[in-house]
Amino acid sequence: MKNRVMGVINLIHEPDELEGLTAGRCPATVPFGGRYRLIDFIMSNMVNSGISRVAVFAHTKFRSLMDHLGSGKHWDLHNRQSDFFILPPTTEDSQDLRRGDLYHMYQNRDYFTRSQQEFVVVARSHVICNIDLEPVIAFHEKQGADITVVCKRQTSFIPGRSRKVEVNRDGRITAMQDHFGRLDSNLLSTEIYVLRRDLLLELVETSLAQGQEHLIRHAVMSRLDKLNVCAYMYEGYLGMINTLESYYYNSMQLLRADVWKELFFHPGPIYTKVKDEPPARYLEGAKVSGSIVANGCIVEGTVVNSVLFRGVHVRKGAVIRNSIVMQNGIVGENSVLDYAVLDKDVVIEHGRDIRGAAGLPFVAAKRKTI
Amino acid sequence: MGRKQMVAMLLAGGEGKRLGVLTKDLAKPAVYFGGKYRIIDFTLSNCAHSGIDTVGVLTQYQPLELNRYLGIGSPWGLDRRDGGMAILPPYVKQKGGVWYKGTANAIYQNMGFIDRSDPEYVLVISGDHIYKMDYEKMLAHHKKTGADVTIAGIEVPWKEASRFGVMHVDDEDRITAFEEKPKVPTSNTASMGIYIFSWPVLQRYLIRDEANRLSSNDFGKDILPAMLKDGMNMFVYPFKGYWKDVGTIESLWEANMDLLDDRPLLDLTDPEWRIYSVSPNRPAQYIAPQARIASSIITEGCLIEGEVNRSVIFYGVQAGADSVIRESVVMPNARVGAGAKLYRTIVGDGAVIADGVTIGHPDQSTVTVVGSDEFVANHKTLLEVEPS
Repeated sequence: MKNRVMGVINLIHEPDELEGLTAGRCPATVPFGGRYRLIDFIMSNMVNSGISRVAVFAHTKFRSLMDHLGSGKHWDLHNRQSDFFILPPTTEDSQDLRRGDLYHMYQNRDYFTRSQQEFVVVARSHVICNIDLEPVIAFHEKQGADITVVCKRQTSFIPGRSRKVEVNRDGRITAMQDHFGRLDSNLLSTEIYVLRRDLLLELVETSLAQGQEHLIRHAVMSRLDKLNVCAYMYEGYLGMINTLESYYYNSMQLLRADVWKELFFHPGPIYTKVKDEPPARYLEGAKVSGSIVANGCIVEGTVVNSVLFRGVHVRKGAVIRNSIVMQNGIVGENSVLDYAVLDKDVVIEHGRDIRGAAGLPFVAAKRKTI
Repeated sequence: MGRKQMVAMLLAGGEGKRLGVLTKDLAKPAVYFGGKYRIIDFTLSNCAHSGIDTVGVLTQYQPLELNRYLGIGSPWGLDRRDGGMAILPPYVKQKGGVWYKGTANAIYQNMGFIDRSDPEYVLVISGDHIYKMDYEKMLAHHKKTGADVTIAGIEVPWKEASRFGVMHVDDEDRITAFEEKPKVPTSNTASMGIYIFSWPVLQRYLIRDEANRLSSNDFGKDILPAMLKDGMNMFVYPFKGYWKDVGTIESLWEANMDLLDDRPLLDLTDPEWRIYSVSPNRPAQYIAPQARIASSIITEGCLIEGEVNRSVIFYGVQAGADSVIRESVVMPNARVGAGAKLYRTIVGDGAVIADGVTIGHPDQSTVTVVGSDEFVANHKTLLEVEPS
């Protein structure tokens, strides 16, 4: 894999209906699962699959992205045998920022021409899964595919916005539509694509010259008849976290032990930026059940069916249910949270009662005091 | 390499015999403590926060896991262009080599390492104590008193004083006498095993001590008494705060339990004095719907389905349904089976306690130890230790 496959994490125009959660950050760095950011999943998938050359095409609001990814060392991408790049947009003026990913990849075509690898995995950051990409490459070669799309058969509810895919008997993709399309199919694209590096460059240059803007929507979807585009079936857990509803839904799914075990451990571990937080402390009177709790938390109250990120303080008598409290949040004495999502550094003073609804969690913006 | 004001020499060769099965394959400084740390993290973090960037770690006994853990020192900010961390094991020279004969001999054999930095002062510390201390303040004290050597001292309860090396001091903190583990103590100022020497003075005494064939080449037994006899300037740096020598099973257990107080004397949460360690990469801990947790500390990667009360749980531990863990310390990646019960037990890393096994008893005061990677189907074979 090492010298044959490179990874591209494409953040250009990522679908984003995450509302307040992306007010100051890109979807890639939305905190998830107690200590992760969304992009950790695809980063770890690539690294665990033996890919050691990875580029992140940043687009907007990427300060937190730079901070989080740094040199790539937490994903073991910072050594002599690896390469890690964050490629910010190269634009003449702010109008160019609106251009599609084809334009931005074209601006960085040197990055591709300087690479040695035969194949490229192009993926998004908002797709939560734990996948070994080596069998995908093997499948791609065996099928003689031009492009392989990692797909997931929707057998139970998968919220969020997904592209739908239709395949014929040979597993070749015959139709692909954006989420709002009428295509009647339960097959979803995980937005993980495999193709040869020279084909990618060709698609970038040709499609752009033809007036197209977007790699998948235009360059790929308009050529389904000319290119052999195949579907690889992914069987594991999939979360498409591009809406607030989906964010909340997938966070709550982590509270099932089977999902927690699969998503974080199998087939490979998910890595993130490590912090030196002490272990979580549960004081006398703490009641915790059906929850995930990160290091650095201090729990004096009750936490049920909730996700606590690093460094959260739940004071005496506070009750947290069905909620997500991000890094360094403080929930004051005797306050009640139900169906709430608190962004980082939110302070709930004592005696507050904050409730959202099951399908519509209350969201508190970063650093807010309530 | 530029000149350094002070270089730290960290003695990490301790065998830790009294920790029994926990140090069977592990040097004492590498023993786990406090939910995610190893004992040596505390002194290394102290160095990092005290602005010391050159640390020699003297290893000897079972160094494999310790060396692997320390790496190039990056978790403690010791991967530096100038200085940084150096692991200093005994080595073979042209005319043969010898083990470190004693603490002083260990430094003697590495005088070349210290000279490379040409320091004014040398800090000698030990990797088996748990405490937080700013060595910069101690150095300021050393300079102010014009001492040749400064020894950190802590007041211990009188009834425990006979377990320590105690020092007699005058009104100006000048040391007038030493007593090693006195039967009837006449002072309760214990030496914490933390010394700052002016380097030329230490160098002179190390060379002299090495020439003395009768010497046991030990700081406490030989170097310091010799300096006292010669009337060198020796001062105590009085330290107030948490300090614990975790040399025995009981003291290791007690030190872990100390962390569970509502306001522990050793505050691990202080953002100004973080204890750095090699942080494992594990997901946030999962507390199952039927679990019950109180007065405990638990680390990432754990999956808890039973009861945890007054216990310290390290990363990656899984405790099955209806298990009970009370007043216990469970080290990394151990498995506690469904319905298993642990009372006052230290479980080594990777150990497996089978379903339904009970270790200890709710009313008993002894601490039971399960070694690393042990499989326990029956608790009768385990070592029990009376607390002191």
